[in-house]
This record gives sequence, C-alpha cells and structure tokens, in this order.
Amino acid sequence: MSDQAAARERREAGIRRGIPFGIAVFVISISFGVLARPLMGPVAPIVMSVVVFSGSAQFGALAVLLAGGSAAAAIAAGLLLNARYLAMGLALAPSLRGRALSRAAFAMPMVDASWAAASTGSGTFDPWYLVGVSIPQYAGWVLGTVVGVFVGPALGHPDALGLDALFPAFFLALLFEEARGRRRMVAAGGGAGIALALTPILPAGLPILAAALGAVAASRMRS
Amino acid sequence: MTGVWVTIGSLAFGTAVLKLAGPLALGGRPLSARALNVVELLASALLAALVVVETFGKGRSLTLDARVLGVAFAAVLLARRAPMIVVVVGAAAVTAIARLLS
Repeated sequence: MSDQAAARERREAGIRRGIPFGIAVFVISISFGVLARPLMGPVAPIVMSVVVFSGSAQFGALAVLLAGGSAAAAIAAGLLLNARYLAMGLALAPSLRGRALSRAAFAMPMVDASWAAASTGSGTFDPWYLVGVSIPQYAGWVLGTVVGVFVGPALGHPDALGLDALFPAFFLALLFEEARGRRRMVAAGGGAGIALALTPILPAGLPILAAALGAVAASRMRS
Repeated sequence: MTGVWVTIGSLAFGTAVLKLAGPLALGGRPLSARALNVVELLASALLAALVVVETFGKGRSLTLDARVLGVAFAAVLLARRAPMIVVVVGAAAVTAIARLLS
C-alpha cells in the first residue's frame, strides 16, 4: 500500500471512531451557544467555535465574561484551561514527521478526545488517525453552536436542562476508554486528587495542568 | 462587545501557540524512555482532572450539586457499555430531573 493510501485509511478509521464524539460534542456546543448568545449576540459565539474550537476554554472564558470580568481575565482563564495542550503537544511532537508546516497542520486539530484516541499505548501517536477523529468533532462543535445560538432563546436557562452535566459526562466517557490497567488507574486517581486539592487554591485551569504530576507519579510504578 | 472580539482573537491565537509549541520546538526528535512512560499515562491523569473539576468545581470552590447525580448516572451507563450519546444525554437528563425535584 502506498503512503497516501495508508494515510487515507488511517484518517477514515479516525473519522469513524470520531462520529460518536462528534454527536456528543454537538449536544455540548448547543449549550455553549445557548449560554453565549445573551452576552455575545448571534455571530460571535459561532466565530469563537470556528476559530478557538475548545470547549473548556470557551466555557471558561464565557463564565468570566458573564460574571462581569474583563476581557483580560477571560483570556487568562481560557488560556490556563488550555495550558494542558502544551503538555499534549510535547507528547505528540516526536510522532510528527516532515517540515514545520506539516507538523503544525497535524497539531492544530488536536483536541482531548482525538489526542487520547490517537495514542497508541506505547507513548507514540497516530497523526492521521488524530486528524480523522477531530473532523466529526469540529463539524459537531460548530453546528451545535449555530443551533444553540438560534434555538437558545426558546430553551430557557441551560442549567434547568442539566446541560452543565454534559461536559463532565463526556470527559468521563473518554476516561473510561483510556484508563485501563493499574498504572493508568493510579494516574487517573492521582490526577483527580491533585486537581480537586488545588481547585480552591489556584486559578481555574492550573489544577488541571498540575494533574499531569499524577502521570509522573504513576510512571514510577512497576508495570 | 469589543472585549468579546478581543477575547475570541486572543484565545484563538493563544490556543494555537499552546498546541504548536511542542511540535515546532521539538520537531520529530524522539523522547527519552522515561518521558514516553509519563506520556502514556498523561491522558488518564488529565481526563480524570477534567471530570472532577467539571463535576465539583464552581469557580474557585468545590460544591456538591445535581451535576454529581448526572455524572454518577453516566458512570453506571458507561459500566453497562452504553453508547456515548446515551451517556452524555442521560447525565443531563438526570441532572435536570434532580433540579426539578429539589
């Protein structure tokens, strides 16, 4: 099989794997559109989903703005929530080949679900698979935002519909697939404990980044 | 409204920088065995942190509210191998019902 055909096969396998993620993300981004519309109007939330494409950062920044915070505070919150991408990008880097531009093109679509799904289990990643898994999620994220912005006014407050439970349930579903075996369970337990302990102390986002220390601790265990 | 657009532009740019920093700085150089060992466990640690912060976090404090019931229900559905969309919508439904009843 040629390299191109192999790449297409991996990408298409990724797309199939990403479809359930895309549907879940579609529902979650409806709640983002609903929440953002009163503050941002109809266009800005959609643009934000197109160019930022990150649930945690978008919800985090929106929460700051809704509470009357400044743009600077909203930016800081969003970027801290995404600080984990720095660690995820460092992890992905050795699996990327080619020129800087091509490495960048593989790293840009990276989101939590596709990064975790593309992990081969031995510390390396399948870049075409990652791109594939991200495609349905990007479509779902943008489409859901559009739906949320336009149906939002008819829905009432999203908390009454339990939409704030969508996001943790989505991450829990990803965790269920990922945390197999004793070392990963220990990493998960350690990460959760660190994040909970630091939440009252540090600005939002940093406790999640600090949870990476749970992985460092678990890596010292014998497998 | 200017603040909203500044926020959107800065987050788009900043998120791209965070994603690209590693791949552009490291290139295709291999990681050490010890680093690979950590990377393999990183997703579990970060995803678990996201779950608990999104379930119990409220700004800079921890709280117990209806989300806990929704996420617990999601865990039950996952243990029974329900599809992801059922898990996510089920969590929202249980949370909504709990709020309605309280």
